[in-house]
Amino acid sequence: MQLFLRSIKSIFLSALFILIGISILVAAVFLIAFLWSVNDGQYDDDYTPSVRMLFDDELTSDNTESITEK
Amino acid sequence: MIFTGTKFFFIKTSVKAFPTCFHCGDDCTTLIIKGEKNFCCEGCKQVYLLLNENNLCSYYNFEKNPGIKVKGKFLNNRFDYLDDDAVIQKLISFRSDSQTNVSFLLPQMHCSSCIFLLENLHRINPGITSSQTNFQRKEVFISYNETLISLREVVELLAFIGYEPFISLSDSGQKKDSKFDRKQIFKIGVAGFCFSNIMMLSFPEYFSGGIIEEHGLKETFSWIIFGLSLPVLFYSASDIFRTAFKGLQQKSVNIDAPIALAIIITFCRSYYEIITGTGAGYLDSGSGIIFFILIGRWFQNKTYEALSFDRDYQSYFPLGVTVLRNKKEVNIPATKLCKGDIIVVKNEEMVPADAVLVNGQAFIDYSFVSGENIPLTKSVGDIIYAGGKQIGASLKLQVVKESSQSYITRLWNNEVFGKSKNAAKSFIHPWSRYFTTALFIVATGAAIFWYLNDPSKIWPVITSVLIVACPCSLLLSATFTFGNMQRIFGKHKLFLKNATVIETLAGIDTIVFDKTGTITQSNIADIKFTGEDLTLDEKLLLKKITAQSSHTYSKLITSSFEDEVMNDEVAAINDFKEYAGKGISATVNNIPVKVGAPTFINKNGKSISKNEGSRVHVMIGDSPKGYFEIQNKYREGFEDLVRELHKSNYEMHVLSGDNDAERQRLREIFNSKSSLCFNASPQDKLDYIKKLQDAGKKVLMIGDGLNDSGALMQSNVGIAVSNNAARFTPACDAIIDGEAVYKTARFIDYAKAGKKVVAAGFALSILYNFIGLSFAVQGKLDPVVAAILMPASSISIVALASLLSSFVARLKKL
Repeated sequence: MQLFLRSIKSIFLSALFILIGISILVAAVFLIAFLWSVNDGQYDDDYTPSVRMLFDDELTSDNTESITEK
Repeated sequence: MIFTGTKFFFIKTSVKAFPTCFHCGDDCTTLIIKGEKNFCCEGCKQVYLLLNENNLCSYYNFEKNPGIKVKGKFLNNRFDYLDDDAVIQKLISFRSDSQTNVSFLLPQMHCSSCIFLLENLHRINPGITSSQTNFQRKEVFISYNETLISLREVVELLAFIGYEPFISLSDSGQKKDSKFDRKQIFKIGVAGFCFSNIMMLSFPEYFSGGIIEEHGLKETFSWIIFGLSLPVLFYSASDIFRTAFKGLQQKSVNIDAPIALAIIITFCRSYYEIITGTGAGYLDSGSGIIFFILIGRWFQNKTYEALSFDRDYQSYFPLGVTVLRNKKEVNIPATKLCKGDIIVVKNEEMVPADAVLVNGQAFIDYSFVSGENIPLTKSVGDIIYAGGKQIGASLKLQVVKESSQSYITRLWNNEVFGKSKNAAKSFIHPWSRYFTTALFIVATGAAIFWYLNDPSKIWPVITSVLIVACPCSLLLSATFTFGNMQRIFGKHKLFLKNATVIETLAGIDTIVFDKTGTITQSNIADIKFTGEDLTLDEKLLLKKITAQSSHTYSKLITSSFEDEVMNDEVAAINDFKEYAGKGISATVNNIPVKVGAPTFINKNGKSISKNEGSRVHVMIGDSPKGYFEIQNKYREGFEDLVRELHKSNYEMHVLSGDNDAERQRLREIFNSKSSLCFNASPQDKLDYIKKLQDAGKKVLMIGDGLNDSGALMQSNVGIAVSNNAARFTPACDAIIDGEAVYKTARFIDYAKAGKKVVAAGFALSILYNFIGLSFAVQGKLDPVVAAILMPASSISIVALASLLSSFVARLKKL
C-alpha cells in the first residue's frame, strides 16, 4: 500500500516538473511575442491605425462629382 | 474721442453674412462658386478640384471643412533646392532604383481627414507608391519612384494640398529616440516576465515555510529562479549600473549608486544561498524592485513626440535661396550661399543672411528676430540682417556674411548654447546621500551588536539591512509624482521637456516676460482714434483710401470702420500714392488726404509731431484731424496673472526688444518693484538674465521668437510661447500654448506643491524602511517578509504619488 502511494507521488512529482517547464515555455512564447510586436513598431503609434480603419469603405465607393465649367 | 477699442482680428473676421468655405471653413469674403460649393479663394478651389478628380472627396466627410488654406502665392521655384543631390541624400532614408523612402514632419496635420488624404497620395500621383502617417508625431512616411516623380515634386504636391512639410537639414535626432524607447520597453518586458515567474516559483517555498519534503523539487525551483534572475541583473538593470558608475566616476553619489549597491548585494547573497543550498534567496523582491524602477522611469520619461525642444536658428531660416547667376534666377540650398552672391527675396520671404540692399523697396519685419512690432523701411545701401522678413515687392540683395556668421546667428556661438542645461541637481540626490549615510550607520551598529552576541550572524544581518533598505522607494515616489505632474501640465498645454523642469520651476523666484508675442497677442490689435470727431463722410473717405493699401495699419484702419460705415458709394480716388514706411496720400472728391507717420503729415513744411510709437496720423484737406493709435492686445487674463504673481511676491521684469511706446500701459499692470526694459537686443536679453542669476536669482523666462532664444537658454527655466504647439519654437525647457499663459502662476504653485507630494512619498517609504530594518537588524529577514514588504511598499508609494499629485492638481484648479 505504502509502495503504491509513493509511486503515485513520484508520478505526480515528475508531472509537476514537466508542467513547470511547460508553463515557463508558454510564458516565454508570450514574452517573445511581446518583444516582437514592440520591435515591429506596433506601439509606436496608437492613434493613426484606429482612424485608418475607417477609410476602407470610403475608397470603394465612387463619389466623384461631375463638375461642368460654367 | 469717437470710438475706442474696436477689436480687430487678422485671422478671422466673424461676420455671419459670409458663407463658409467648403474647403477650409474660412469666411468667403470673395466668393468663388464651383458646382454648389463655396470657396474663399482660388487655392482652396484648386485643391478641391484635384481631390475631386482623384475620387478623394471623402476627405470632406470625416470632418467638416478640414482643409488648410494655402497662404500666400504658390511660388513655382520655391523648392528648387530639393533638386540638389546633397540635399536629397540628407532627407531620404532609403534609395533604390524603383523606390525611395522619405519622411516629413507636417505640423498642419490636425484631423482624421488629414490622415485620409495623406495616406492616399498615391491616387493623386502614381509616382508615389505608398504613404503612411503617424498622427502623434505628425509625420508622413512616403515611398515613391524616382523615375516617375522627384522629391521636389512630392514636396510641391504636399505644399499644394496645404501640408507644406517642415524641412530641416539639422533635425535628424528624432529617429533615434524611438529606438531608444523600444529598448527601454524591451528591458521592462524582460524584467516583468522574469519577476512574475520568479514570484510564482517562490510561492511553494513561502507556503511550506521553507520545508519542501519532496526530493529535488526545492533545488529545481531554486535553479530555475537562478536562471530567470540572470537576464534581469545583466540586461534589465544595466542602465542603473551604468548611471551609478558614471556618477562615481565624477565623484558624486547619485540616487542610482545606493540602488545599484542594494541590487548587487541582494543578488550576490541570493546566489550564494542557492549555490550552497542554504536558502531560497531574495531574488523575487530583487527583480521586483528592478521592474518597478524601470516602469517608473519609463512613466517619467514619456515625452511629447511631436514637439522639439532643441531647435537652433537653422530651423527657422529658409533652406532654399533664390540667387541671381548669369542673370538667371536659380534656387540653391542656403548652405551653399557665398559672400557676394546676389539674392532675390520675395514678398513674405525671410532674408537668409546679412546682406546689403541693392535694388527694390525694402520694408522689413524684424519682429521675429528682435521683437520690434513695426516693420522698418530700408533704402538701397542699407544692411538688412538675416531673419528679417520682406513685406512687399521683391528685393535684390548682396550677401555680406554667410548665414552662420550673421548678426542673429552669432548668438548661438555664445557658450550658453554649447552646454546642456541641467545644472540644477534634483533634490532627491542629496536625500539619497543622507539615506545612504543613515543606512551605513544602522548596518555598522547592527554589525557591532552581533559581533558581541553572535558573530556568525554578522554577514547575514548586514546584507539583509542593505537589501531591505533599498532607497528605490524614494526614487519611485519622485518618478511617479513628476511623471504624473508632467501629464497634468501637458493637459493644460504646458509641455515640459523632462521631469526635472518641474523641480527647477518650483524653485523660481524671478519671472521675466518678453513683450511681443508673449504679453501681447501677435495677431490681434486694438485700434483707437484720438482727435477731432470725424464725420460719416470723412470716415467713408478714410475707409476708401486705406482699403487701397496693403499695409498692416491700413488694413487695421479699414476694418475698424467696418461696422460703422456700411454705405459703399463709389468715391472718386485720384492720385493715390503709397510711400513705403511713411504713409499714403490721395485726392478723394477733390479733397487731398494724407494718412501716415507724423513726419509725413507735415503742415506748411513742418511735421506736426515727432514720430512716436504706433500712431497713424490723418490729415484731410489741410487740417490735421488726429491720429489712430494701434495697440497690441494683451493676452486674456494677463493682468490677473500679474496680480496673482505680485501677491506671491515674485520679482518680475519685462524685457522687450520693442520701443518703449507701451511703457505707460505696462506700468499700470506691473507694480513699482518690477522693472521694465525696452530696446533690448537678443544679446542684451541674455546678459540681463545672466545678471539676475549672478545676483542669486532663479529666473523663469517666458518668451517667443528667436530674439529670446539666448535668454531662454540662459534662464533656469525657459518657457517658449507658441500659439500652436506643433509650430516651431526656439530651444527651451518647456513650450506653453499662448492660451495657457494666464495659468503660469498656478503652474508654479503646482510645481511647488509637487515637491511636497514627493516628500510625503518619502515619509511613507521611510516608514516602510523602519519596519524592514527592524526585521533585518534582528537577523529575522525571511525571504517571505522581504517579498511582502518590498512590493507592498512600492505599490503603495506609486499609488500615493499618483493619487496625491492628481488631487493636488484639482486643488490648484488645474
